[in-house]
Amino acid sequence: MAPPAESRVWDPAELLPRDRLAGLQLDRLRETLVRAAGTPFHASAFARAGMAPADVRSLDDLRRIPVTTKDDLRAHYPLGMLAVPRAEIARIHGSSGTTGKPTFVAYSRADMQVWSGLCARFLVAGGLRPDHLVHVAFGYGLFTGGFGLHQGIERVGAGIVPVAGGNTPRQVTLLSDLRPDVLVCTPSYALHIAEVARAVGFDPRDLGLTSGHFGGEPWTEEMRLEIERELGIQAFNNYGLSEVIGPGVSGECGARAGMHVAEDHFIVECLHPATLLPVPDGTVGELVFTSLTKEAMPVVRYRTRDLASLDRSPCPCGRTGARMSRVVGRSDDMFIVRGVNVFPSQIEEALLRVEGAAPHYVIEIARPGTLDEAVVRVEIRPRDFSDEMRQMVALRDRIDHEIHSITGIRMTIELVAPNALGRSEGKARRVIDHRKGGGSGG
Amino acid sequence: MKLRQLSLFLENRPGALRLPCQVLGAAGIDILTMSLADTQQFGILRLVVKDADRASKVLEEAGCVVKATDVLAVEVPDRAGGLADMLGTFEGTGLSIEYIYPLVAGHRGKTAVLILRVEDPDRAAGLLAGRKVRVLTREEAFEAVGA
Repeated sequence: MAPPAESRVWDPAELLPRDRLAGLQLDRLRETLVRAAGTPFHASAFARAGMAPADVRSLDDLRRIPVTTKDDLRAHYPLGMLAVPRAEIARIHGSSGTTGKPTFVAYSRADMQVWSGLCARFLVAGGLRPDHLVHVAFGYGLFTGGFGLHQGIERVGAGIVPVAGGNTPRQVTLLSDLRPDVLVCTPSYALHIAEVARAVGFDPRDLGLTSGHFGGEPWTEEMRLEIERELGIQAFNNYGLSEVIGPGVSGECGARAGMHVAEDHFIVECLHPATLLPVPDGTVGELVFTSLTKEAMPVVRYRTRDLASLDRSPCPCGRTGARMSRVVGRSDDMFIVRGVNVFPSQIEEALLRVEGAAPHYVIEIARPGTLDEAVVRVEIRPRDFSDEMRQMVALRDRIDHEIHSITGIRMTIELVAPNALGRSEGKARRVIDHRKGGGSGG
Repeated sequence: MKLRQLSLFLENRPGALRLPCQVLGAAGIDILTMSLADTQQFGILRLVVKDADRASKVLEEAGCVVKATDVLAVEVPDRAGGLADMLGTFEGTGLSIEYIYPLVAGHRGKTAVLILRVEDPDRAAGLLAGRKVRVLTREEAFEAVGA
């Protein structure tokens, strides 16, 4: 593995003591709210809350303002959220629209400066120096990843190979011929590059990469270890979403124990997805962001649907920005059974603990009387099928036990035949809610 | 001495039992005997057929989960206490019987033939032989049901 990245700080604001940070946030919040109130959407949100931007006198007052959702952005397609004259738009990016109609986001010149600086922040925190050469395998286009990282790397002053996505054998050739130091792409693509490198006869560890900055999709700690082992690099996680600004909302430092949120540019809240009340630090909730400096399209309490936890304890690197955990799931996937929040990822974890259960399952929730009943239908693996009833009952009981110990509630476990549940190419439908009105509360 | 038994996983839903029976019927495979164990949520169907390999293949092709296990076909006198006497063979041996179901009654006049599933069929067969209990060969078992 590469030696630990050198710790440098791009922007002194990253080290602001938290009390001064709070003061800065309040000043910037008030400016942002005034700017946002110029848009019909935010004006009506203030009206609904029976308040004006000037009524916000403390950071706590933010909680009185209604949240903004993806549907709100869609309802104002394409540029209904624009808070500056059209002539001031410097750039438009967009979300892919994988879960519906795409949404567009606009940047002013000043927004572009802020954004590239935020990308420079996490790149430098992860060891990027001006003498490095960076291979960018993110798509360039409406997706914020390619241009966002590209601009950040330029700000740092490092060299760029703007390869963009696709044609993996060619990516391997370029990596091998140009010998960049740093790789930028999605974590799954990093593994794919390593795989293809092997297939065409390279040891991916010999490509000479020393570090990588990965984002654009949720990934696990196991994946990090795999990427580091496969490519012989240090892998850094970063987070962002186009609606908030794109990459640069948060990123890891050398401690790699959570991603520092750029709190001088965004207020982050971690809320219970159903009640929208704050959850304590360390508890998983939905991240909600308010932009503090964006001009073209400020967002106020934007619900990301991303589930993560926050850590405001001091970091050994000296940066004061709260650290967010990896994104562990989506609040859309959460369901409530008898008042308890359950995430499909918990069911997956339970099944992984039980040998003999395939990770293919469907949860059906119904309310036959007054109580919710959840049935988890789990596929068995052919090799684990036994003709002895007690073995099969024991398998079912182990699944029952693990699900109960992880979620805290009892569900009915039904074993079904392999492939009985069908497979889908895209997102698997894991939860079928037969209750009227559903139970997700979000 | 041993018979191949096929066990099938059955989901608890209408038609789950009929499907494998139809598959075997279409393949011209006769079910010699069967037993069905069930819980509230799923069942296990155990079958004895003549051509276990071919049956297993057609069932798997139809999407069934099939497991083959060795069982014994044991002859017991068809009289009061006949089964108890046979079971006495295993007393104190530590060998446990998973389940029993009948293959045929009225065999050779006054005996019944039972399918016996034990942990260790070879050892069980040896113990039974020592007690002069007759364990049928495959051919004898098939002949007993006229197959």
